[in-house]
Amino acid sequence: MKKTMYEKIWDDHLVHEPDGQAPILYIDRHLLHEVTSPQAFEGLRNAGRPVRRTTANLATLDHCVPTKDRDLPIKDPIARKQVETMIRNCADNGVQLYDMESPNNGIIHIVVPEHGFVHPGMTVVCGDSHTATHGAFGALAFGIGTSEVEHVLSSQTLRQKKSRTMRVHVEGELSEYCTAKDIALSIIGHIGTAGGTGYVIEYTGDAITRLSMEGRMTLCNLAIESGARAGLVAADEKTFEFLKGREFAPQGEDWDRALAYWKSTVSDQGAEYDVEITIDADDIVPQVTWGTSPEQVIGVDCKVPDPQHIVDEEKKKACADALDYMGLQASANITDIAIDYAFVGSCTNGRIEDLRAAAKVAEGTTVAEGVTAIVVPGSYRVKQQAEEEGLDKIFLAAGWQWREPGCSMCLAMNGDELKPGERCASTSNRNFEGRQGKGGRTHLVSPAMAAAAAVAGQFVDIRKK
Amino acid sequence: MKPYTDHTSVAALMDRSNVDTDQIIPKQFLKKVERSGFGAHLFHDWRFNADGSENAEFELNKVAFKDARILVAGDNFGCGSSREHAPWAIEDYGFNTIISTSYADIFFNNCFKNGILPIVVSRRDLDQLMQEIRTNEGVRFSIDLPEQTITTAADFVVKFDIDEFRKQNLLLGLDEIGMTLQNADKIASFEARQQQTHPWLWK
Repeated sequence: MKKTMYEKIWDDHLVHEPDGQAPILYIDRHLLHEVTSPQAFEGLRNAGRPVRRTTANLATLDHCVPTKDRDLPIKDPIARKQVETMIRNCADNGVQLYDMESPNNGIIHIVVPEHGFVHPGMTVVCGDSHTATHGAFGALAFGIGTSEVEHVLSSQTLRQKKSRTMRVHVEGELSEYCTAKDIALSIIGHIGTAGGTGYVIEYTGDAITRLSMEGRMTLCNLAIESGARAGLVAADEKTFEFLKGREFAPQGEDWDRALAYWKSTVSDQGAEYDVEITIDADDIVPQVTWGTSPEQVIGVDCKVPDPQHIVDEEKKKACADALDYMGLQASANITDIAIDYAFVGSCTNGRIEDLRAAAKVAEGTTVAEGVTAIVVPGSYRVKQQAEEEGLDKIFLAAGWQWREPGCSMCLAMNGDELKPGERCASTSNRNFEGRQGKGGRTHLVSPAMAAAAAVAGQFVDIRKK
Repeated sequence: MKPYTDHTSVAALMDRSNVDTDQIIPKQFLKKVERSGFGAHLFHDWRFNADGSENAEFELNKVAFKDARILVAGDNFGCGSSREHAPWAIEDYGFNTIISTSYADIFFNNCFKNGILPIVVSRRDLDQLMQEIRTNEGVRFSIDLPEQTITTAADFVVKFDIDEFRKQNLLLGLDEIGMTLQNADKIASFEARQQQTHPWLWK
């Protein structure tokens, strides 16, 4: 029987399907951070249960950590307590933690791939919706709530219902000015924030296979924003090349055995998906979200929609409400929208290739008057590599702030946030109301687009520069 | 987890679609290490004015909805983050039932772990339920989980579907982890097999 990648991974991890109960799925790897784990560890303590398999876990501190003045104690006492609780929980339970002093510290979905902790064919979970990132490795990776975190810690399994399969096929030539971020935003604009609900998406097509591993991570990271349980990209030579030699990658004889298994995890030729969608990469232009949902996105060469022209009552209202919150006029040119902040970073676009892309635009320029621009490398390793390449000097010379790693401005939990009414060109993943700070106005873009906006003080069609 | 018991309660109307988890519980409130007390921050940015006073324009602040245990909302409720703090806030505030046409996946799962019943109804039924609340704010609905029905004050009855396993877990307030660990031997067999077939996963 021909199977898709999802079906293969599912079948390989099904422990048991008790009568009348949800199936029990084995979880190979569990990732943790400080925000969604404390109550799970508390639950373990209360129930007197140990962590079942300590080495299957890897933890970091990322959401609450400051990206500057790291030598000082965390200002917010509640955040400080949460970080201290994580340190204690990991120590008490034998879970490896990349704390703020560790050279391996950074955003969980950036450090995990750096260390080769996730391989093709694995099941991987974390109390964080952007766990979908690791689907770039052909692993079934998805976000879970804190009760499920406790379930995984206790039993190394999860109760799961099988998802349906969706294939998003992207063919054609992607413009040199477009990136995985633009592909991802286009897809969400196409199918909506609930278009993937109930599905695991597999991304196929030559525009996908041409993406680097970092590009694939950006793409899969955003699968959740279309409502999908997870995103998947088939493992190939790029995947194997990326993993070889990394700390947690198989070594020696194990490498050959693993490689053979990894190659077998890809979807069979002719396997059927429940839904198939095709997108032409040639049609994709640099994307900018205009509203308060990732699906409210448009090409940079377009105008902000006019609710008057929308027939569906609900969509009309959603558009009007979003424009009101975002302080935008209907039919305004995207390229006329001025910004106050530019943020390059996050688990979506905080890797070395993202920083290079932004630096290429920033080099020799100056941040526009009145604009604050910050670059937050996704991990200490990324930061170090960027400094070796002189990217920090490029950004600093251009008037950007060069920060320490962390989730930073993606979500206002750590001191990096917008004030009410401030508008940000952001390489993060969500533009919900208040996401970057109460009253903050978020526009999601690619790193090059964020850098170009920082220079011009407004959005720019980078194809024309 | 408390078992879910049938009840007749006020149904509050939130006539919005795509209500995301950043609205349900903004991130600045995720720093607590406890499970409790999130109800005070439910829908914080919509519920309160900048000075901390209640926003009279916000639907859940209506006097008629003050004792509501049922929340009736638009499509794709709970989209966004996996934060379980969202259902914790909803439950702590006092709701134990949500009625909508659709929910985001992770949020939907998280509800069942916290004794919240997320009911899925058709567009037509949702419209009728919402209309009944609009014309009579403070109206009470009866939820019968064993029978899988919603009955309104106007005697409008909606039958809903629910996964049998999830239904039983809610009715009995079961500890899911305990149930899984009853299969510990099967988990151990799986692990032993995997160590043979995929040894690199265990190094």
